[in-house]
Amino acid sequence: MDELPVDGDLIRRLRDRDESAFTLVLDRWSPGLRRLARTFVSTDESAAEVVQETWLAVIEGIDRFEGRSSLRTWVYRILTNTAKRRGSRERRVVPISSDDGPTVDPSRFQEDGPFPGHWWEFPPAWPTPEQGVLRHEVQELLTQTLMQLPERQRVVLALRDADGWSSEEVCELLGVTAANQRVLLHRARAFVRGKLEQYYTQEATS
Amino acid sequence: MNDLDCRRFVELVTAFLESALAPEQEQEFVDHLARCDGCDRYLDQIRQTTQALDGLPGEALSPEIRATLLDAFRHRPR
Repeated sequence: MDELPVDGDLIRRLRDRDESAFTLVLDRWSPGLRRLARTFVSTDESAAEVVQETWLAVIEGIDRFEGRSSLRTWVYRILTNTAKRRGSRERRVVPISSDDGPTVDPSRFQEDGPFPGHWWEFPPAWPTPEQGVLRHEVQELLTQTLMQLPERQRVVLALRDADGWSSEEVCELLGVTAANQRVLLHRARAFVRGKLEQYYTQEATS
Repeated sequence: MNDLDCRRFVELVTAFLESALAPEQEQEFVDHLARCDGCDRYLDQIRQTTQALDGLPGEALSPEIRATLLDAFRHRPR
C-alpha cells in the first residue's frame, strides 16, 4: 500500500476541504474501522452505521483537532466511543473474560503429578489450514469471541492482530504502557485460542 | 538448571513473540520449547490464532454511505 501523506499535510488538506485527502483516509481506514466496530455491536449493518457516524464526527471536528495524538488514533478513538455507546444500547453479552489470573485453566497442568507444572495432556491438535481454518463459521466465531473480551483486550487484539497496528500505536490510543499492552494482547490471544480449541474439539467429535 | 514449566511457559508466549523476554528467560523459553511437544503445539496455536484474526474481514463502505460522506465533507460549513 502507498504511504499516506504525513499527518501535518493530511490535516491541513482536510481543513482546506481537499476531497482527495478525505477520500484517501476514508478508503484506507474504513475497513479496519468496520472490523473494530463490529466487535462492539451485534450486526454488520450496525457496524457500518457506527463507521458512518464516526466519519461525520471527524468532518465536523477536524477544524478543532489539536493534533495531540496521530490523526488515525483520533479517528479510531471517536469510533471506539461511538461503537461503545451503540453496543451498550444493543445490550450485547457482558464480557466474561477477566483481566487477571492464569490464561490457561490451571487444571490442565499437574499439581502433584510426576511433573508438577507440566501438561496433564497436551492441547489437542487442530485441523491444518487446508482443512478450512478460515471458514466463514470460524470468522463468525472469532467475531463473537471478540465481543466477549473486556474492552481494552478487544481493542488491542483487533488492532494488533487483525489490523496490523504496532504496539506503540496501540499504547498511544489506549494510554497504556508497552508492558500493559502486551499483557492485554496475551490475555486476549489466549482467550481466543481457548475458544478455537473448544470449537475444533467439538468439530472433531460431532 | 532450567526450571521453566508448561504452566509458566504459556504465560510468556506473547512476550516471546514480541521479543520482550530478557535474554536468560528467552533461553529458558527456547530450551523448554525444544523439549516439550505440548508447549510447541501451544505456541503454534497462538500463532494460528493471530493469523486467523488477520483473516477477519474488514469491508469497504457501501457506495451509498461513501457517497453520503463525501457529500457531507464537500458541504460542511466553514
